[in-house]
Amino acid sequence: MEAASLGGGKRSVLQRSPLARLPDRALRWILTALAASILLLIVYFFVKLVGEARPAFEKFGVLGFTFDNNWNVSANEFGALPLLVGTLITSGLALIIGVPVAVATALYVTELCPLRIRGPVTILIELLAAVPSVVYGLWGIFFLAPKLQPAEQWVADTFHFIPFIGGGIVTIPNYFITGLVLAIMILPIVSAISREVMSTVPIDHKEAALGLGATRWEMIRIAVLPYCRSGISGAAMLGLGRAIGETIAVTILVGDAPVLGKHLFGQGYSLAAAIANEFGEAQELHRSALFAAGLVLFVLTLLVNIAARLLVMRAERSTKPKRTAVDLTETSAPLGAGMGA
Amino acid sequence: MSAQDPTMSAEDPTTGTTQRTVSPERPRMSAEEQPTTTDGEPREEAPTQMLDPSRSQSTSTRTAGGGDAQTRANVRDGLAVQLEKLRAYYGDVAQVKGIDLDFRANEVTAIIGPSGCGKSTMVRCINRMHEEVPGARAEGKVLLDDFDIYDPSVDVVAVRRAIGMVFQKPNPFPTMSVFDNVASGLRLTSRGRGDLQHKVETALRGAGLWEEVKDRLSEPGAGLSGGQQQRLCIARSLAVEPEVILMDEPCSALDPIATLKIEELIDQLKSKVTIVIVTHNMQQAARVADRTAFMLSGELVEVGPTQQIFTNPKDSRTEEYVTGKFG
Amino acid sequence: MSASAHTLDRFGVSARRRRKDKLARGSVVAATVVALVPLVLIIYYLLSKGLSSWSVDFFTTDPTGNTFFASSSIGGIKSAILGTIEIVAVASLLAVPVGLGVAIWLVEYGRSSRFAQIVRFFVDVLTGVPSIMFGLFIYIALIVGTGSSYAAYKGAFALALLMLPVVTRSAEVVLLLVPGSLRESALALGAPRWKVIFRIVLPTALPGLVTGVLLAIARAAGETAPLLFTAGATMKTEFSLNGFMNSLPIQIYTDVTSPTTSVVNRAWGAALTLVAMILVLNLLARLLARRSSLG
Repeated sequence: MEAASLGGGKRSVLQRSPLARLPDRALRWILTALAASILLLIVYFFVKLVGEARPAFEKFGVLGFTFDNNWNVSANEFGALPLLVGTLITSGLALIIGVPVAVATALYVTELCPLRIRGPVTILIELLAAVPSVVYGLWGIFFLAPKLQPAEQWVADTFHFIPFIGGGIVTIPNYFITGLVLAIMILPIVSAISREVMSTVPIDHKEAALGLGATRWEMIRIAVLPYCRSGISGAAMLGLGRAIGETIAVTILVGDAPVLGKHLFGQGYSLAAAIANEFGEAQELHRSALFAAGLVLFVLTLLVNIAARLLVMRAERSTKPKRTAVDLTETSAPLGAGMGA
Repeated sequence: MSAQDPTMSAEDPTTGTTQRTVSPERPRMSAEEQPTTTDGEPREEAPTQMLDPSRSQSTSTRTAGGGDAQTRANVRDGLAVQLEKLRAYYGDVAQVKGIDLDFRANEVTAIIGPSGCGKSTMVRCINRMHEEVPGARAEGKVLLDDFDIYDPSVDVVAVRRAIGMVFQKPNPFPTMSVFDNVASGLRLTSRGRGDLQHKVETALRGAGLWEEVKDRLSEPGAGLSGGQQQRLCIARSLAVEPEVILMDEPCSALDPIATLKIEELIDQLKSKVTIVIVTHNMQQAARVADRTAFMLSGELVEVGPTQQIFTNPKDSRTEEYVTGKFG
Repeated sequence: MSASAHTLDRFGVSARRRRKDKLARGSVVAATVVALVPLVLIIYYLLSKGLSSWSVDFFTTDPTGNTFFASSSIGGIKSAILGTIEIVAVASLLAVPVGLGVAIWLVEYGRSSRFAQIVRFFVDVLTGVPSIMFGLFIYIALIVGTGSSYAAYKGAFALALLMLPVVTRSAEVVLLLVPGSLRESALALGAPRWKVIFRIVLPTALPGLVTGVLLAIARAAGETAPLLFTAGATMKTEFSLNGFMNSLPIQIYTDVTSPTTSVVNRAWGAALTLVAMILVLNLLARLLARRSSLG
């Protein structure tokens, strides 16, 4: 254990040969290049997409294409409003139906559920995400839709005075069924994120409420839900993004009527469904219009996802304790050093 | 640490320092007693040792950064590590504000001081771990056997092989067995060939752990008790045969009995390596350290033989700290 | 006695509050049950309709593409199963190394730098992209410009694009769970960066990484849209990556719209097969996650 003798000997020991430093440099370079190429890839695709969509935008104008109610394949006229509206209706339905149920399951698992069944219930919810979208479509069209048709018809007849919901004939592919199945599909992700957020509620808040003599539900209402508001909104937005982008299940379940949704239980269309149905045989302008529809879809999901991330970030930031100067020097990086003691 | 050949001297062309060993007649007094503090605090003198009048002059010029053969000659002998004007920053905040400190070879030096005074930061500059934190940097010199490890030509990785570290919380690698943990240092630094068995056993003996684990070498390292894990980490550092081992509050996460074992270990180890131990426990410093340095707010207040620091400190702040008036 | 009862009354919970509490809690439980009902129904339906299609022939014959004549055989789903396995395997070979590489870069090198934040943002963007867009992207890149047609490898590329952000996200999470002290210890021993990553960090994170990869594979196996305009559809079993290739999701999708009952039944059988494959992958992933020493 005696140290090497001093002088020039020490120096050469401490200076590793450039060759030995090579793997470190090479690794760093390769990985950085990889990360950068991801960026380039996405930019490349986006640019190409815009390029392909261009003819349609030139013919109909950007706003014209997006907001004209005229998707007429045979006449080569393309206004995407019915598609856009269809996308929004089905996703909106998915949110309205799915988010409350997802939040409820998250509440159940984190607050009300006996410890032993917490695991199994969580796994079951997550299994919903394992079912591929085409199977949801299959199950929806052959099982759920026929089963629910009588009930839907009843609602349409009984509430015939309410526009959109009432009146009309219930078709098997329709907005409602699509929205319902979409709700089931987004349940796992909204539930998982809500669960995460709820499990970070500090125990002291909850104990404070209970200590005041609140019932379990009151405690949830006072201490848990307000705390989780941003996080749950973020989760809902992510679910929305998922619903907007869902293709196959929607294609199977919504029908292919490019008409502005007259009623809930009638056929409709969506951006993704149009692409899936028509792309195979589309020519030139039609194809360009479909690319344009894809662009609209892409931008829509982008906006929703950004909003979602911002909400979740804000939720995290507001719930972490204020950072002191000490914390600032301890980064969240793997090598945050302990502060000088 | 030094070859005791009085005639040897070599000039290091890059740093221009002359390395000389001290001829045996010179009193072996070192200049650590007189670090400069950046705001010109009064210097401490070594009360019990002979003071060579020419010495004080040369030592005060030593901190100007070397180059003076005279100063080098007096100071060189028996020093493992020397800090010169060391500053350490996190971003723009200076946590260590200019420290000159020497660590003698084959001795245990303790660094004490209140929380946040910069002791850990300073010590982490010695093996260049400080710069691993994003935004952190260090200035000044750290001389290992008279060679500045902050020299641009120096490879950081090599420095860490020569200067080992034991952390506050025992952290054996979770996926490895006891044997593999001790051998990991050797394997990671490409010295895993040769008689691994022998090296591992030597290291484990050196850490006082061999008897307890010799039949459990293939069991997970994380399965040992806290104290054993820490000694495992010490063995892991020993296996690489460093010159210096830095210990950052190595016993603060351990129970008193484990602490005692490690303190005994430190006492045995110092014949082989130089040890620097950061501790917030003054009694521990009193028990294990030959010399103690007291830091406050990023500066070195006083350093000296442990006895003296605790019974007869020169600086009033030191006195207040060791008597518990603050901390 | 009566005094204490009287005292407690003052502090007791009113009947109204109790009722509200019960009601609210009941609704939450009810909602959870409702959420689980579809799962049960789907599994039940899959089993009841799909099992009956299962037979040795089912797995060893190709679909014949015959949808009109009830008398002649419609075949099984052999090409679909093999096609899915091959396409997903190729996609994984592409996506996993790249995804892991990006994750390693983010955690070990990029950390919280500006560039890393941008990369992370773009990866997040990719996770939200609708699955059909990946098919369109590959179509634009590899089919439009080059004048060539559908090919299995193009479908694999599209799936790889889909898997990439999933692998990166989950890998990043797992790598961040590796305690910084492990990296520090290895560095303090004098190990070069790359060895710290490959000998210490990756082995420690391995179970979690594999879990993430398995889940990404399970996800890719079930995707239809990316394959619609890239891989082409064919009935026969093909192994060449250059030509058309069948796959389970595509097969199911085609069969769903068929008027012939036997074909629809085949769709159920194929759906059951696909779900079974995905569930097995999920199960493996979970078992591995449990054995992990992290988080």
